[in-house]
Amino acid sequence: MLKFIRNTVLFITLALSSQAKASLEIVITEGIDSARPVAILPFTFKGATLPSQRLDEVIAADLMRSGKFSPLASIKMPQRPQSAAQIDYAAWAREGVEAIVIGQITEVGIDRYTVSFELIDVLKGSNSADRQSLNAGRLTASTAHILDSRETTINGGQFRQYGHRISDIVYEKLTGERGAFLTKIAYVLVNRQAEFPYQLVVADYDGYNEQILLRSKEPLMSPSWSPDGTKLAYVTFEKRQSQIYVQDIYTGRRTMLSSTPGINGAPAWSPDGRKLAMVLSKDGNTEIYTMDVATKALSRITNHRAIDTEPSWSPDGKELLFSSERGGNPQLYSVNLLTGQTRRLTFEGEMNLAGSYTPDGNSVVMVNRTRGQYHIAKMDRQTRFLQVLTKTNLDESPSVAPNGSMIIYSTLHGSAQVLALVSMDGRFKARLPAVEGQVKSPAWSPFL
Amino acid sequence: MKLNKVLKGLLVALPVLTLAACSSTSSTDQSDADTSGVSQQQQQETVQVETVEPVVSPAEQMRQKLDALRQENTIYFDFDKATVRPEFVETLQAHGAFLSANPSVRVTIEGHSDERGTPEYNIALGERRAMAVVQYLQNLGVSAGQISTVSYGEEKPVDMSRTEAGFAKNRRAVLVY
Repeated sequence: MLKFIRNTVLFITLALSSQAKASLEIVITEGIDSARPVAILPFTFKGATLPSQRLDEVIAADLMRSGKFSPLASIKMPQRPQSAAQIDYAAWAREGVEAIVIGQITEVGIDRYTVSFELIDVLKGSNSADRQSLNAGRLTASTAHILDSRETTINGGQFRQYGHRISDIVYEKLTGERGAFLTKIAYVLVNRQAEFPYQLVVADYDGYNEQILLRSKEPLMSPSWSPDGTKLAYVTFEKRQSQIYVQDIYTGRRTMLSSTPGINGAPAWSPDGRKLAMVLSKDGNTEIYTMDVATKALSRITNHRAIDTEPSWSPDGKELLFSSERGGNPQLYSVNLLTGQTRRLTFEGEMNLAGSYTPDGNSVVMVNRTRGQYHIAKMDRQTRFLQVLTKTNLDESPSVAPNGSMIIYSTLHGSAQVLALVSMDGRFKARLPAVEGQVKSPAWSPFL
Repeated sequence: MKLNKVLKGLLVALPVLTLAACSSTSSTDQSDADTSGVSQQQQQETVQVETVEPVVSPAEQMRQKLDALRQENTIYFDFDKATVRPEFVETLQAHGAFLSANPSVRVTIEGHSDERGTPEYNIALGERRAMAVVQYLQNLGVSAGQISTVSYGEEKPVDMSRTEAGFAKNRRAVLVY
């Protein structure tokens, strides 16, 4: 029975009040029993103009999407305390809640709001209530149960952003790992009916606040973030041939980096931002090169008549991971940039493609094809254990969050290509808000 | 005996049926009626009309050939393959002969794939398909300077149905003049 409940697919739709998008679908498929229960209380509000975005909903959705937390549904909350002093710790402990976020919003001027919040440890809270009088022989309230508390003044348009900020703080306090909720994603939106069918878009990691950086009548591909988060390298076909451009996302300035005959593709910034790995076919075969961004000097990395593509840097910048057909079917290989030594990394499945290292360098994330099905998979570099993380259709273009907690990828949902998230352990899966058209090639930004 | 009667009846009825068909208003049917009218007239007329093929300038000839080639400009490939299938040999020979005879004409070979597999791998696969066509044309004597290639990979499908038949239509190389 427990197993049945555990395996039952839960569909939870959080209706988030946002301008263009109506709903954010969150689909949990397995393993919610091991996510840590937390409670994000609705923020109390003092003022006349209610903010358009509820902070508690942004924070709860962030924490849930990480796969590590299970925010308590508001109908299950045992009480609605207005401040930390009113919390009945025993009641929350009975619900299994380990931490509570409680906060206030005060309207302090035209479109100005002061937001304060506290992150409270339920177990420590109930203990400190008992030990109140024992502190140095005087009656003082212990604050050990308050893990963090902050106060900031923001304007009405910053609620989602500040919600992500609170999520980052909560996530880091409770896991010891940096949160990645204030990051962005870049992707390509294809709408064949539009005058400019191909668009390069940047949005919050959860798909909100879309901003179009480039519109084109010809395909756009493969956005890649510079490590400082200010530029995108991408492929454009605007001259009816492939070319690699770099565009500053804040100034809009575009620089053409490569326009050789044949393929100019798959740009990937080195961790120090000085080089760009790329795929060129100018010398006959599809090969991997690195380019010095300042001088445009090229170094050829691979030399094989089989297809070599999809370069991705190791976190230390000393190796490139790539896909190659040299063994028959496409598999992942790594090449040491100093010695040129090349090793095959994957052996499982019919194909493994689009590999990238996790930020800690311990695992490789890839597209695995087994029995004709394309799924996102993760392989431990030491044990070589390969775990398939997704069950969706035609999964491709995986990109790992800068803290290594989640993977964003594109998948087929119905007849539309959409973006989806999966937690690194595969337990949590979410689909991003549907938009008109096909969404391709997501790239997760570095910490901003 | 009975059969003979039926046949005779049919012989009488057939022209009637044909006439009935001619009386329909579709344009193709009417032109048929006109032709049969002419042949009937010709039996009584004392003149016969002949036509002369118009003189076609070399430029016009090239344009006509190009138009014809544009009708047959797509080579389809098997899944994950870049080998030219035998049924497209004739098409490529026609393009090859035209390009060899007209060294000033340039052609772009677009390579495409279906959407299975990653976008980057499909760019490489599309390039390989385009190169297979280039190789074929060069073997037929077309100069390398006349040909350029571009691989769009899975980015420009012609069929969005995501069926096997749709995927097959997307795995292609297109000769664009």
